[in-house]
Formats: sequence, structure tokens, C-alpha cells
Amino acid sequence: MLVPISWLREFVDIDVPVELLAERLTVAGLEVAHLQYIGLPQQSVPGLRMPSSDHLVWDREKLLLARIVEVKAHPKADRLVLAMVDYGAEELEQCVTGATNLFGYKDKGAIDPPIWSAFAREGAEVWDGRSAKPKRMTLKGRELRGIYNKSMVCSEKELGISDEHEGVIVMEHEARYVAGAPLADVLGDVLLDIEFTPNLARCFSMIGVAREVAAVLNVKMRYPSFDFLAAGAPIDGQVKIDIREPDLNPRFTLALLRETAVKPSPFWLQRRLKLIGQRPRNNIVDVTNYLTFELGQPMHAFDYDKLVERAGGPPTIITRLPQPGEQLETLDGVMRDLGSETILVADTAGALSLGGVIGGGDTEISEETRNVLLEAAAWNNISIRKTIRQQKVHTEASARFSRGVHPSQAILGCGRGIELMRQLGGGAIASGLLDAYPRQPATVTVQLPIERVTRLLGMEVTLEQAAAVLRRLEFDVALEGDVIRATAPDHRLDISADLAVGQHDLLEEIARIIGYDQIPETIMADEMPPQRENTTVLIEERIRDILVGQGLYEVINYRFTSREREAMLAPSSAPSSLPEADYVEIANPAASERDALRHTLMTNMLETAINNARFQKTQQVFEIGKVYLSRGDVLPEEPLHLGILLTGERKQAWWGEGNSRGEMDFFDLKGVLESLLHALHIADYTLERGTHSSFHPGRSADLLLAGERIGSFGEIHPELAARFKLTAARVLYGEFAVELLIRHHQRLHAIEALPATPAVLEDIALVVNADTPASEVEAVIRQAGGRLLKDALLFDVYVGDQIPPGKKSLAYALAYQDETKTLTDKGAAKIRKKIIGAARHRLKAELRSQ
Amino acid sequence: MTGSIEDIRREALEALAHIADGERLADWRSRFLGRRGALNSLFGTIGALPPEERAGFGQRVNALQQELNQSFEERESLIQSQLMARDLEEGEIDISLPAYPRRRGGLHPSTRTHREFQTIWADMGFQVYQSRDVEEDEFNFTLLNLPPHHPARDMQDTFYTKDPRVLLRTHTSPGQIRAMRELGAGGTKPIRVILPGMCYRQEQVTARSEIQFTQVEGLAIGRNIRMSDLKGTIAEFAKRMYSPTAKVRYRASYFPFTEPSMEVDVECFLCDGEGCRVCKHTGWLEIAGSGMVHPDVLRNGGYDPSEWSGFAFGMGPERITMLKHGIQDIRYFWANDLRFLEQF
Repeated sequence: MLVPISWLREFVDIDVPVELLAERLTVAGLEVAHLQYIGLPQQSVPGLRMPSSDHLVWDREKLLLARIVEVKAHPKADRLVLAMVDYGAEELEQCVTGATNLFGYKDKGAIDPPIWSAFAREGAEVWDGRSAKPKRMTLKGRELRGIYNKSMVCSEKELGISDEHEGVIVMEHEARYVAGAPLADVLGDVLLDIEFTPNLARCFSMIGVAREVAAVLNVKMRYPSFDFLAAGAPIDGQVKIDIREPDLNPRFTLALLRETAVKPSPFWLQRRLKLIGQRPRNNIVDVTNYLTFELGQPMHAFDYDKLVERAGGPPTIITRLPQPGEQLETLDGVMRDLGSETILVADTAGALSLGGVIGGGDTEISEETRNVLLEAAAWNNISIRKTIRQQKVHTEASARFSRGVHPSQAILGCGRGIELMRQLGGGAIASGLLDAYPRQPATVTVQLPIERVTRLLGMEVTLEQAAAVLRRLEFDVALEGDVIRATAPDHRLDISADLAVGQHDLLEEIARIIGYDQIPETIMADEMPPQRENTTVLIEERIRDILVGQGLYEVINYRFTSREREAMLAPSSAPSSLPEADYVEIANPAASERDALRHTLMTNMLETAINNARFQKTQQVFEIGKVYLSRGDVLPEEPLHLGILLTGERKQAWWGEGNSRGEMDFFDLKGVLESLLHALHIADYTLERGTHSSFHPGRSADLLLAGERIGSFGEIHPELAARFKLTAARVLYGEFAVELLIRHHQRLHAIEALPATPAVLEDIALVVNADTPASEVEAVIRQAGGRLLKDALLFDVYVGDQIPPGKKSLAYALAYQDETKTLTDKGAAKIRKKIIGAARHRLKAELRSQ
Repeated sequence: MTGSIEDIRREALEALAHIADGERLADWRSRFLGRRGALNSLFGTIGALPPEERAGFGQRVNALQQELNQSFEERESLIQSQLMARDLEEGEIDISLPAYPRRRGGLHPSTRTHREFQTIWADMGFQVYQSRDVEEDEFNFTLLNLPPHHPARDMQDTFYTKDPRVLLRTHTSPGQIRAMRELGAGGTKPIRVILPGMCYRQEQVTARSEIQFTQVEGLAIGRNIRMSDLKGTIAEFAKRMYSPTAKVRYRASYFPFTEPSMEVDVECFLCDGEGCRVCKHTGWLEIAGSGMVHPDVLRNGGYDPSEWSGFAFGMGPERITMLKHGIQDIRYFWANDLRFLEQF
């Protein structure tokens, strides 16, 4: 909401620069997002930083308040006139102007009552009124169609007040106006753009903000008069109120103004509405808008005669829920189907308006209106919220009623509104207001021991201090020993009757008005809860470090996907291997391809690979994140998965020796996985031929720990590669259940002593059937080698001319070692013989001759 | 045979004098001093000598062996020092050639920031409590003092699931209730936890807003937790996260689940509070929302608000990461462009 400082000053004296006030309000909870200057200079406050404003600052010597005394015709131009201006100098100044709104005064002699305007002397800086883009200009004397001119009467655009450039500013006479006064003192302003959090419903008006200003600056609040002059016949018998849903409409008040005139509002009222972004309409409607912003009490004005016509006599205003199928055309021209929960203002002939939201067109104020019925009511804020949502209509009234307006305000608004209407349009106010008030909110009194303030704020606050702060906020405060009894003022709905909550409500008020900066910074002295390490987090982070250490980058993908996208992970020949569970489906997805939560990391990992493929020859990435499996309970299971993706060249191109690149394959990923398992000290794992349908059946594997399947990895199925357009290079992918890895990881593991004896190293090559798995060969070697075989590393696999067809040669580097004594050649030969023997016997292997 | 010894000596020393590399030196050594070398052949002839000449012959061969060994070592060290000198003189490389590529790897920037957070908070006794992403409406809103139709619900654009009771958490705060219920032992035990995790909001994806983002929530519950403790704890965090001299500003604010509530700003660490584009010339950066745990929330967690109190705070790691690294577009975080990730 835009809050002109000039409007605030009507209710409270502000003795600090606006910039400092903005900072004080901001730290007290009313966030001033922005200051908008009109004519006044920005002031610097020590210790306060703010963006500098590039607005036009009005020169106090050259931009002046002036009186237009007479308007004469320009002898040579029809579309120009000569305004005779009194700006306090001895002689009148003659200004050549094209302002169309002065043409009506042309050659009619002295203007009475005088009109006031903004006058710019030679040398004054103003905005160029004819330029489409903001452009400054300095006023210089020049001839305009034969008449020398060196000053001007200004439009709002030229002063930076608004974009209006149709005519010059024309203000009605006010007693305080003096010709020649600096314009800045009259029209200069600063607008505070304040954002209200939902708890500040009470502040959503000029008076609401002024109350806060008064409390923050510790100055007195000056309320406007809510009295009205009732000179007409009584309202009784002219109209009746019938509230059918008191919970939704706790209060409804009416006032009647007879024989008034509908016309444009005076300058001061129009100017205020325009300052805050409202379009002036006529004096009656403008007053309802004005009070919406001044008091925070939205109101509605009816053409009383139209109501009488509809009712065929004195009308009865009924507030009720809609009848099935009921419709209403509202002021915005929309024919609305009224939902079952919208509270209506109606008469016996039908609906008149959506209560507290928007009026209907039928009974609105027009230029012919003579008798005005003014409504000020209170509405249930939740009911208003439902209407807003259902009808998708946002008005200044609904913005306030949906946050909550205290019913006490209705009668104030009704009285002040009808009086303002009378002052602006004339007529007589019917004596008495109609006030139906079936649901009066209970007065809330909170008992707050001062010890609790000190204990919860961590700051010594005296009873007197706390009481003074609450009184500044208009609480009614009584002291009973060390206990404050504070009764909330009748504009507040946010103080709870629940003791603990009410106490916190008051604590917040005390703390923010004293200032959060006054509370000391302390170290918690309270009991420290037992410190236990979170194993899951620890190991999860370790896994990240291990993978990063192997040259992988961590990615984090969207957790959204769709059924269709995940269905793409199964080849046409086989069913999906994804977990059997339902999807968590999003009712209001951001996009149709993100309408469910993922069962696997794979889809998004593959898409990340596609996106990166444009720029990267090689990708090595991993993600650790949740998948979401709905299995009948209200909430899904959220297991943590690890996805690893490798694709591209094993080594980057480089200039040095040995730059044989080669594309990564199954064994690169196997290496990453085994290094991870090694680092987690998981030794007893097994790999089986892959069963996951998303992978190439011949080039994939399943990882099992103690017989439990932890995940699968390998080359993605060629059909997937084609679907995902990842055919440029083999894509290796693996996905594993992190919680299961964590469960199997060895927290403690014993190390082996470092032997002092040397190892005997030798290589052997075994020729075996091509379909014998390498793991089986190694198992036979290790078993035969026994305790003294320390290592068996496969370093070459050969298939080709030098060995018989259907065979392969596996070459192993073996290390024999006896920790107790140095192994002799003879001892080594014995182990070797055992190994070769076992291989011959169990694998039908032959030793490959060199 | 005496002449033979002298012949071998001359031949050996002469050959040695011409040797300039290690390979020929090794050949020389095996020719004269090796197992089948010239000297061993001489020793082999001892048996054929008359007994009275054997001692003298042996001594002379031994002397020669010593001499040749010594000469060998001298020559060897000479060659080595020559080689070294040549390597130092001629072995210069073009150090401007590109390095051989090493695979680097790296953590996601979000993870890096989360680790910084966790380290700092762990030092202050806050342990990690992990809560769920898919939540009940009740935990995400109602138990946090946001009943249906509460105006503050409008502040959050929620992803609902097809089950109207279930949604994607819009903040990490529902974890507060779960932590209190799980760790509080029926409202009898103090708690100090941080709750990191992914949150979701139904928003237009732009350079400034994403449909998923991480948060870190903190919660301390005890019999004597004060608002001054909240200020002290956050100020300590700011000093460690930003700068030891970081100034902190506290503003009154509103969150339904805390009261009193406050926003915490830290002096802009990019301009030292002088005012820059990033802090919108205010000198301040917003780093946390916080407050004293609302009595209703304490109750919903099982605590009696007349005896127990607590504070809570929430922070956005992505925003802090963006500020620290000058990241202009929040969409970089989950787009996983390796060209972005490689820069951390």
C-alpha cells in the first residue's frame, strides 16, 4: 500500500526524516519496500543506506504556489491563452500556455473564487511535458507566437506528480494558501510503499499505519472526527436490516443522506486518491474509497431511490447466502454464478452485491442520484477468502475484509463517511444510524507476569516499561503486582484469548516497539541435548566424497517426472524393472512432464546426459537423492538412491605420451562401484548377471550384499539409448539403494599387519574356455593359492590366433608371500604348481606357453 | 702369467678411460669384474701354478681387483655427474605446455553450502534431523498454526497431490513437529536440530524462482530458551558464515509458527554495507526468517508452553550460494550443466 507522508501527518506529528521513519517502521515489522519522492529532496541519515532516487526535486525559489487571477486570449493563437499569475511578486506574471482546462476562463475577467496552480519561474527545472520519455528541461525565456514568455503554469507531468498533461494543475482555494509559497510545502510528498504481513491486517490503512508511527516514535495519535451532523428526518422506517448469517456478517450499519449532489470531488480528495493509485469517480464513490484507505473500513454506497423502486417502498437490506443458481452482474460487468458460500447483500428483489467484495451494477451511484444509502459492515474473513477464490475477484475491499477488519470500525466508517459526503455534496443526513450487531467479538484481556517477559526475551524489562509500550499501542493496561493486565484495543483481532498465545502476542509487541536491537545477543545457557552422530548423513556425505575423488561431478535433478517418461526406461521386449509402487501424482503440476514424483533417478540422469552431450565429450556424474514409492499408506516411502552415469572417452585428449583414449565401458563403471565398496569397507558383495530390463542383458550386473539386491548397473539397453538419443557413445549407468549400502558398510574393520618379508612376484597365463567367467578363474586361483597367495591381478585378456578357437587367455600377476619367513624359490614353485593343477583340474585350463 | 696380469690391467684401465655412458660401463664391469670376467679367469688359473707362486699371484690379482673396483667407482661417479650436468643444462622442457588432464570431479554447489551450514551448526550443538519431502497438509500447515483458509497459506503456492491430505512440503518447518514428537520424548527433553532438505513451490520458473529449492531449518527447544539466545546464535552463525565482523540487523516480521518473529539481515558482504546492486543499495542482505516457537506449535510438538520455550529459524542455501558466487540465475542449480558444476 502506498502511504503519502502528507496523509500520515494528518494523524500524527512526525519529527524525524521520512527515511529514518521508513527504517524504524521496517524494523518494527512494517516493511517499507520503497520510498517514492514527489518534489521533496531525499535526505541522508547517518548510518542508513538507501538507493538514490532520480526524481525531480522542486526548487524552493523557482517552483511556487500561485494564483491564476485572469485568463486572456492570445492575440495571435487560438490554441494558446495568457494566464495572469500572482506568485507573490508586486506585478502579475503573464504566462503563455496551451492548457485546455484554462480555456473556459478566457476573457471572462477576474476569476472568483481564485484558482490556484503550480508556477515555474525562469530557470526552474521541470520534466518536459511533451516528451514521451522522461526528459528534464530548464525553463528559458522565448517567444511564443510573438509574445515573450519566461515562466509557466505546470501540469502534473511537468512536476513529476503523474502522467497527466492535458491541462495545468487547478486547485480550489484553501485558506492556508499563500501566493509565492514554495510548491514543495504544498504538494511535495513522499510515498512509503509498505508491504503488510498477514498479522498486520489492522495496519492496512492510513490510520492503521499512523497508529504504528505513533507507537514507534512515541508520539500522540490524532484521530479524525467520526461525528456527523444529522439534520434530516430519522432513518427509522426508511430502511430495515435483516442479517440471516450473523457468523458471516457480524455487523451491518447504514446511514442515509438525502438531497445531495453527485459531482467530481474537490482537488484535495482527488489528489489523495490519485497519489495512492486510485481513480477518482464522483464525490460519493470517492468517499467510500477514501475511507477504505483512511480508516481501513471498506464501504458501499447505494442509490437509495433505486432500492425504493425495487422494493416498491422502504427497502429491507438482507444479508444471506445465495439461492441455488442465483446470479449477479457486478460493477466490473461480469455476470457471476454465486457459489454456495458467498455472502450476499440483497433486498427483497434479489442480490445487490457480494458482501465485502464488490457491488452490483443495478443500484450504483449515478449522476442522477439524490439520496444515498451508505453501508459499512463487518464480514467473516474466511468467508471472504472463499469468495475471492471462487469468484477470482480482488478489490481493495476484499483485500481488507479477507485479512480481517474489526467490527468496531463499521460504525466509525459509517459516521465519518456520511458526514464527508454531506460536506462534499450537500444535503441532509437522516438522524440516527441503523446498526445491526449480532456478533460482537469478546474483549480480550491478557495477564502477563513481567518475569515471563524477561525470561522469554532474555532482557530485563520493567513493569512500567512494558506497560508504557502497550499503552502506546492503545492497550488498556492495569498492573496487579508483577502482572500486566492488558486489554486489546477494539481495532485489533490478532490478540489471542488463549493465555500462552496471548502472552506471546504481547511479548512480540513489547519486543518490537522497544526494538529488537535492544535485546542482547547471548549464548544458550540451557541444557544441551545429547550429541549423537547421524550415521545416514555421515555415510551419505562419505559416498559423495569418494565419488568426487574418482573424478565424478555431483548433480541434483528435479524430483519430478511423469509415468510416461519413466515408462520409456523399459525396452519393448521386457517389463519395467522399476520398483513396484504407485506414483505420488501432483494435482497441480508445473508441467505435464513433471506431474509425478520419480521412482528412479535414471530418467533425469539420462536427460542431464543429453543436455550435457552438446558440450562434453566425457561425462562422469552422480546424484544422491530420494525416490518416492507410494505403497498404500497415506505417505509414500522415500528411500535414498545413488545414480552413477559415465559416458564418453576414458581419457581426455592430450599431447603427451600414451594418449590412447578409448570409450568407457562396463568395466569403468564397475571400477567406480568397486572403489566405492572398498572405501566403505564392504567386502562381501557379489555381482550377478544383470536382471534389470533397462540395461543391455549381456553387459550389465546386479550388486548383491548378503543375498540382498542393492542395485543394478551396466550399459543402458540399446533401445533406451536410441529413445533418449544417447547413441553417440556407450552410456553406463547404475542405481543403488543408499540406505542398504549404509546398512552393510563396515563401521569398524581390522587392518592386516605389515609383513617384513619380501613377496615373490610372477605372472601366469591360463587358457580357458571363452565362456568361463573371469571371477570363477580368479576364485580357483585364490582357493588353490591359499594363505600364501596375497594377490592375483588380471592384467591381460587375449582371444585370437595364438590360441585355439573357443578359448581365451587370462594373464594374472600373482604375489606370494609368507609373513613368517622369506619364501624360497622352491616354496614359490610349490604354490604355483598347486594353482596350475587346480586350474587344469577344475577349469580344464592350460598354461599358455610364452 | 705376471705379464698377463699387467696386460689385463692396462687393457682394463685404457678401456675404462674411454667409457662415457652407463651401459658401456656395465659391460666393462661384467667383462673384467663379472662372474665370468677376466679377473675371475685369473683366479681360476691359480690352481695350475706351482704351490710357492700361488700366494704371490693371488695377492697381485686381489690388488688388481681392488684397483679396478676403485677405478670403476670413480668412473661411475664421473659419468653420473657428467650426465647430471648435461641433464641440468639441456633437459629444459616447455613448461607452458598444457598439463596432462586429471579427472577432477566436484560436489554440487548446493551440497557445498549445506556442508558449511552443517559444520557451523554442529559446532553449536545442532544435529541433522532429516524429515520427509511428501507431507501431510496437517504437518505442513495446520500443526504449524496455519489452519485451512489462514491468510498466510496464500504466501505459499503449494503442490498438492491427488490425495488432498498430502502435499509436497513448501518449507522444512513440518520437520519441526516431527522432530519434537520423535526426539522430545513427550515434551520432556530438550532439542537442538537443523533440518535440511528439498522444498517445493508451485511457481513460475524464472531466474529468481524455482519449483524446488533447499532450505535449512533450525530448532532449539528447552526450559529456558530466550529470544536473546536466538539473536546470539544467529549472530554467531553470521560471523562464521560471512565474516568475523559481520553486522546483523533484526526486523520484526511474521511467520505463523513463531512469535515474536523476526527477519535477520546481515551486512552486505559484497560491498561491506556501502550499498551495491546486489543489496539494492540498502547495505543489507536478508539471510534468515526466525522467531520464538509459537505456543500452539510447542503444544503440537508435545511441549507445555508455560514451561518450555524454543526458537526456530529458516535459511535458503541457494540464495546464499548465489550471493557468494555471483550466480545470476537460480535455474543453474538443477540444470546440471557440467560447465557450471566444473566451476566449483
